[in-house]
Amino acid sequence: MVATIAVRDLKKSYGSVLAVDGISFEVEQGEFFGILGPNGAGKTTTLEILEGLREPDAGQVTVLGMQPWPRNAALLPRIGVQLQASSFFERLTAREQLRTFASLYGVSQQRADEMLSTVGLDDRADARTEKLSGGQAQRLSIACTLVHDPELVFLDEPTGALDPQARRNLWDLLRQINSDGRTVVLTTHHMDEAEILCDRVAIMDHGKILQAGPPAALVRGLDSPVRISVESGQLDLAGARKLAASAGGTDGVTDDGVSLTIATREPAPVLAGLAEQHALTGLRVQGATLEDVFLSLTGREYRA
Amino acid sequence: MKGAAFRSLSGAMFRGYVRDRTALLFSILIPILFLVLFGSIYKSSSTPKLSVLEVGRVALLDNAAGGLHGVLQVTKGDNLATALSQVRKGNDDAAVQQRGNHLIVHYSIADQTTASVVQTVFASIVQQADQAQVGATHAYQLTTEQVENKSLKPIQYLAPGFLGWAIASGGAFGAAITLVTWRQTKLLRRLRLAPISTASVVFARVGVSVLVALIQMAVFIAVATTPYFGLKLTSDWWLAIPIVVAGTLAFMSIGLLIGAFAKSQQAASAVANIVILPMAFLGGSFIPLNFAPQWIQDVSYAMPLRYLVIGTQDVMARGEGVGAALPAIGILLGIAAVLSLISVRVFSWDYI
Ligand SMILES: Nc1ncnc2c1ncn2[C@@H]1O[C@H](COP(=O)(O)OP(=O)(O)OP(=O)(O)O)[C@@H](O)[C@H]1O
Ligand SMILES: [Mg+2]
Repeated sequence: MVATIAVRDLKKSYGSVLAVDGISFEVEQGEFFGILGPNGAGKTTTLEILEGLREPDAGQVTVLGMQPWPRNAALLPRIGVQLQASSFFERLTAREQLRTFASLYGVSQQRADEMLSTVGLDDRADARTEKLSGGQAQRLSIACTLVHDPELVFLDEPTGALDPQARRNLWDLLRQINSDGRTVVLTTHHMDEAEILCDRVAIMDHGKILQAGPPAALVRGLDSPVRISVESGQLDLAGARKLAASAGGTDGVTDDGVSLTIATREPAPVLAGLAEQHALTGLRVQGATLEDVFLSLTGREYRA
Repeated sequence: MKGAAFRSLSGAMFRGYVRDRTALLFSILIPILFLVLFGSIYKSSSTPKLSVLEVGRVALLDNAAGGLHGVLQVTKGDNLATALSQVRKGNDDAAVQQRGNHLIVHYSIADQTTASVVQTVFASIVQQADQAQVGATHAYQLTTEQVENKSLKPIQYLAPGFLGWAIASGGAFGAAITLVTWRQTKLLRRLRLAPISTASVVFARVGVSVLVALIQMAVFIAVATTPYFGLKLTSDWWLAIPIVVAGTLAFMSIGLLIGAFAKSQQAASAVANIVILPMAFLGGSFIPLNFAPQWIQDVSYAMPLRYLVIGTQDVMARGEGVGAALPAIGILLGIAAVLSLISVRVFSWDYI
C-alpha cells in the first residue's frame, strides 16, 4: 500500500530565496495532516508543488501514486484544492459560483446546490460572493473545493482571517470532511488549530521540516514542565519555592505582581500543597503546547 | 461534458461582465454618448479646400482656375476608374470630365457638406462659362453624379470611428483587467487545477469579448440608423462583422500584453488608457482621418485602430467590399497573432 502522498528531498527556490529546502514526509490515506509554520516558512510552496502548480527544483513527489508535474489530467479530478486566496469568478452569486465549478468537473447542478447546504450557505445562495463575510466566503471556497467529491483535499490556511467563532464553526466542517474518509492536508499558522484538528503535523520553518508527528507526541516528547499559576498575594515567593522544592524540584517560580507561576514536572503535589494553604484563587494549569515545541526547536517565540 | 463546461464557463464570464456597471458604462454608454454628441456637432462642419481630379482634359477648369484658386486644388487623374475609387475612398472630393460641352462631376456625399460645396462650386463654374459665351445660354451643361447610389451623412465617419474606439477599449481593458484580477485572486491557478484545457478557458474569455463587441456594434448601428442620424448601410456592411471580430482579437492581445506586465488593476487600466486614448486620436476614431492634418494621417498607419476604423468605414459607408475588408482583417489578425505570442512568452502566474 503506497502512501497517499510521498515526498522525498523536495527543493524549490525563487531566485535566491530557498522556499523549500529538502523536505521529506508521507501522508497516509484518511489522515488529517497539518503543515505548520510562520509566514514565509514554505507551506504554500510545498502545497503548490503537491497540487502540480509548481515544478520542484529537485526531489520526488507522488500524489495518489502519480506525478503531479507536469499537469496531470488523471490526478486533477481526484484532488480538491483551496488556494490561499478566495479564487472566485467576479460578480457571481454563491450558487452560480458553485455551479460553475461543478460544471468544470462534470458534476450536476443539483449536487452543487446540495454542497451549498452542506456548508450552511443556503440562505446566502443568491448573494454575490463579494458581499459574503470572511467566514462565509471561506466556507463557499471549501464547497468549491469539495464539489466534485475528491479523495484528497488541500486547504491552504482555510481559517486565515476568521474570528474565533467562525474558526470554530469551520473546524466542525473540516472534521466532517475528514471523517467521510478523505485525506486532508492543511496549512495553518495556528498551533491550537493544528493540535485540535490534525492526526499528524509537520512543523516547518525556513523551508525545512523541523519535526513531524502526532501533536500530542510532539508535546510529550518535549518533556516540558507544567505551569501552575494563581493570583498573586496568596503566597510569597519563598513559600512557593519551598512548596515546589518539597514536591520534587522546580523549573522556576515567578511572580509578576498579577500571577504567581510555578513551573514543575510534578504538578500533583504542588497542587495539593497550594490547596492546603488555601491559595487556589485564580488557578490555571497549563501544559506544554505546540508553541512550546516550536520555541524549543527554533529557540525563538512563534510569531505567525 | 466538455461542451457543458465550456458553456458554463462562458456563461459565468458573461454574467460577470454584464453585472459590471462600470464596464457597461465605458464600453457602450460613453461611446454612444460621444457618437450622439459629435454626430450633432459634425453635422454642420465643412472642409476648406476641394481636391478635384481632372480626368482627361477639362478646359473649363483652366478657364475657371483663376477665380477659384482658393477653392479648388486640381490634380491630373489617370483614368476614370481609379479617379472614382479615389473619390469613393474620400481621398479626393470630386472627379471631373469634360465631353465637348458636357461637364461631368463625380462626387461623394459621404460628407454632405463637401458634397454640397462641390455642387455649388461647379454650378457656379458652369454659370460663369455660360455668361462668358455672350448670347449663347446653356452652352455648357452640368451633370453631377454621385459615386454612391445611396445618400450618406457625417455619421458614416463617426459611427465607425467611435465604434472602433469602443471595441478597442473594450478588448484591451477587458483582457488586461481580467488577466491581472485572475492572477491576483489566483483564479487562473484554480482553473488550471480543474480538468479543463487552457484553450477552453481562453476561448470562453475571448468568446465573451467578441460577443460584447458584436453587441456594441449592434447598438451603434441601431443608434446611427435612426432617422436623426440617418446612417444608410452599404450593401456589404456585414463584412464589418469579421473586421470587428478581428479587431477585438487584436485589442485583446494588446490588453493581454499590458496584463502580463501590470501588477495591479489600477496599473493595468492606467497603461491601457495611455495606449488606447492617443490611439483614438491618431487612429481615426476621434478625428476622421480625411479631415486630419497630414502628419496624423501618416502616423495613423502605425495604429492598429486605423485598420479597424477604416475597415469598417469602407464596408459600412463607402460601399467597398471584400477587397477592402480582407487587408484590414489580415493586418488585425496579424497584430493579434504577434502580440499574443509575445504575451505567452512573458506570461507568468504570479508577480516576481
Ligand atoms: N512567487 C514567488 N516568487 C518569489 N518568491 C516567492 C514566491 N512565493 C513565495 N515566495 C517566497 O518563498 C518563501 C516561502 O513562501 P510561501 O508562500 O511558501 O510561505 P508560506 O509558509 O505559505 O507563508 P504564509 O504563511 O505567509 O502563507 C517566502 O520567503 C516567500 O517570500
Ligand atoms: Mg502560504
